[in-house]
Amino acid sequence: MKATAMDIYKLLPKTNCGKCGDASCMAFATKLSQKEAELSLCTQLTGLEFEKLSKVLAPAVREITIGVGEKAVKIGGDEVLYRYELTYYNPTAIAVDLSDDMDDCAFEEKLNAIETLEFERTGETLTLNAIALRNKSKDAEKFKKASEKLKNSKLPIILCSFDTKAIDESLEILGSKRPLIYAATEKNIDEMSKIALKHNCPLALFVPNNLEKMKELSRKLRNAGVKDIVLDPGTYIGESIGDTMDNFIMIRRLAVEVNDEDFRYPIMAVPAVCWMNPEENEVLTKMKEATTAAALINRYADVMIVHGIDIWELMPILTLRQSLYTDPRKPQSVESKLYEFGTVDENSPVIMSTNFALTYYTVAGDLKSGKVNCYLLVLDTNGKAVDVAVAGGQFNGKAAAKLIKESRIENIVKHRKLIIPGLAASLSGEIEDESGWEVIVGTRDSSEIPAFLAKIW
Amino acid sequence: LAFKYPVNEYPGKVNEVLLGGKNRNTVKLGGQNSLYRFEEPQPNAPVVTFDVFDIPMKGLPRPIKENFEEVMDSPGEWARKAVKEFGADMITLHLIGTDPKVKDKSLKDASKDLEEVLQAVKVPLVIGGSGNPQKDPLVLEMAAEVADGERCLLASANLDLDYQKIARAAVKHNHAVLSWAISDINMQKVLNKALIKEGLTPNDIVMDPTTCALGYGIEFSIDVMTRTRLAALKGEEILQMPMSSGTTNAWGSREAWMKKDEWGPTKYRGPIWEVVTGLTMMLCGVDIFMMLHPLSVKTLKEIGSTLTK
Ligand code: B12
Ligand code: SF4
Repeated sequence: MKATAMDIYKLLPKTNCGKCGDASCMAFATKLSQKEAELSLCTQLTGLEFEKLSKVLAPAVREITIGVGEKAVKIGGDEVLYRYELTYYNPTAIAVDLSDDMDDCAFEEKLNAIETLEFERTGETLTLNAIALRNKSKDAEKFKKASEKLKNSKLPIILCSFDTKAIDESLEILGSKRPLIYAATEKNIDEMSKIALKHNCPLALFVPNNLEKMKELSRKLRNAGVKDIVLDPGTYIGESIGDTMDNFIMIRRLAVEVNDEDFRYPIMAVPAVCWMNPEENEVLTKMKEATTAAALINRYADVMIVHGIDIWELMPILTLRQSLYTDPRKPQSVESKLYEFGTVDENSPVIMSTNFALTYYTVAGDLKSGKVNCYLLVLDTNGKAVDVAVAGGQFNGKAAAKLIKESRIENIVKHRKLIIPGLAASLSGEIEDESGWEVIVGTRDSSEIPAFLAKIW
Repeated sequence: LAFKYPVNEYPGKVNEVLLGGKNRNTVKLGGQNSLYRFEEPQPNAPVVTFDVFDIPMKGLPRPIKENFEEVMDSPGEWARKAVKEFGADMITLHLIGTDPKVKDKSLKDASKDLEEVLQAVKVPLVIGGSGNPQKDPLVLEMAAEVADGERCLLASANLDLDYQKIARAAVKHNHAVLSWAISDINMQKVLNKALIKEGLTPNDIVMDPTTCALGYGIEFSIDVMTRTRLAALKGEEILQMPMSSGTTNAWGSREAWMKKDEWGPTKYRGPIWEVVTGLTMMLCGVDIFMMLHPLSVKTLKEIGSTLTK
């Protein structure tokens, strides 16, 4: 339950001293309620007041950091059940597993693949976030050896073993990197919580398909002093995927709607379990894993472990994550202005597109990979795609003519020819009338622009 | 401290829409009176309807074409194969050849295609026009008459065409109508009201709030569908119709079709794009899915069937 500005104001000193940078306590309270300021900016609070306010301001789901340094990843921090109500915070961290029984060569190769995998989308480079080291050998010695191999990796780590000795020894090596320990279970919980406290690392709690038990054990961890807890109610697939989703939804509901302290933690999913019961062939297993991952990203997973590393399997997962976690309060747009690609001069072609981020970055990517030299006029369509803006009227003759004038492109190039997207063909007459430029209708898809220009320019 | 399952109560309920009957099997859409199955299982599993076209569609992506290449000249054979081999619950016949810009097929030719599919399969049908706002009302009016009493879903009515004609034909020949608004809840309400004014009952309408594909605005669809379903359960009657998803929009995404070695084979990318798009919509409450690829249909149905348990 999110605190309102009023709830927060009541707990502030109400002196309007201005030290926080805001003119009044109320203004500061408003910012806090929107997560636009840090509580520590108010220097007038006693320790007790600070603590009280921190509690009021704490998000419904605790925010937890795994790893250290530049690549450390934050999970949790959410306030709402549905993204339209506000936004979701901290995209699902995606880890890929490595097992301690792999030979050196295969280990290195997969580690490298995890660290370097990337996929460009709308100007963002999407990557994996963590490595999950599995104690598959069940041998503490082997786990320790494998841990050595991760000493130089910058990515956050999830250490997976139910064996407290294996975890403890591995933490002697990796402890300073703040890995997530996976996992405390009903059997090892006392020992595991001690280890987590000793190394000051976040701890996952694995309680398969029993929320009642999970509540009991989560409370136990809290009472033992463990602050950073991640909940794993088990990932069941096939016939039982429904149970998995039910558990995830109930945990999040308990956190957001019921405000149940024992469930106000990030949730972990393990789609990698698909490989324990593989399908007829690897491709189908990978599809199943991607499908499971997609279902659980949609159902509040804050961190997950997958096994497959093929780009075609990870693309839909990374794309879904990016889409879900965009902020619905902000339009996804780029600046409307004149952009240059390659080396341009007074004879270079001038093309026009819209300022929807997806459109701009798709077009820009195509121009770059096609090594095109041209000017690109990006029209302010309120962040709408080409055909959306044509249908909605933001892309029209007047707007195009205005952009031509204001961008001063007429002082830059000698010709007066404008290439527009094929999907805006219906506007060619009005753009000509309004701007006095000759309009050339381009291709439907921007991937064909390089070939098109080679032909006509 | 005792543990209590977080189960909510809902004052509203999604309408149940029946399709088929007379000479065909029936399916039911909707009917939920809860958001999640742990509150109360869904009475009806999500339904998949396979896309079939009245022209050969050489332009379909290869992973789809290779399953249907030999039957694409005959919509009847195409429909039969989708039902027999791939377990389609329903068939959507897209009469896109009627578009003046495609083949400008006459109403008479279109009626033959429809007859062929009606004869070939026993499952209920969705009958779609070409998207041409002038011709679609005429095509759907004809279709309503040809399939008299078979309770097909006429796709679709929207505010940019003569929806009255479609609605009246549906009332006269006992069909349901797909009410299509582009990701806009207010527009959806206006259209639903307008259709009811023409004589359709709330149990004769299915809504299509538009499926923006994965990576192409899926978050808009997620928000609109979630809000629509929540409104229905909270008791807002004008939004209590079941929802439909044009999941095949996923195939329009670059990631699904564009050849690019560093992205891996399109053979896998296409189906997975369709699955993730459809699955996401299913989790927002969608009841019926228009789909193209056998593997994605199978995956979606498997997960969909768990919602009723
Ligand atoms: C997501 C979406 C929306 C989102 C908006 C997302 C956004 N920010 O733009 C929402 C839900 C808000 C929306 C609203 C509407 N939409 Co809409 N929407 C879509 C959808 C599903 C995808 C659009 C998209 O993201 N495309 C991807 C981007 C990258 O494509 P693009 O900008 O066109 O860029 C490509 C090309 O144009 C080309 N290109 C780009 N620049 C250049 C430059 C040159 C020189 C060249 C050569 C090529 C080129 O290459 C790019 C990459 O392929 C499409 C259907 C579809 N196409 O799948 C419908 C669609 C575009 N929408 C449509 C409509 C009608 C509307 C509304 C008018 C509905 C209404 N009545 O309210 C409103 C208008 C809102 C407004 N403008 O105010 C129709 C348009 C029909 C038409 N052509 O007339 C479509 C086609 C759906 C349909 N089948 O009916 N929509
Ligand atoms: S620093 Fe604290 S007391 Fe001073 S105005 Fe800001 S919120 Fe109020």
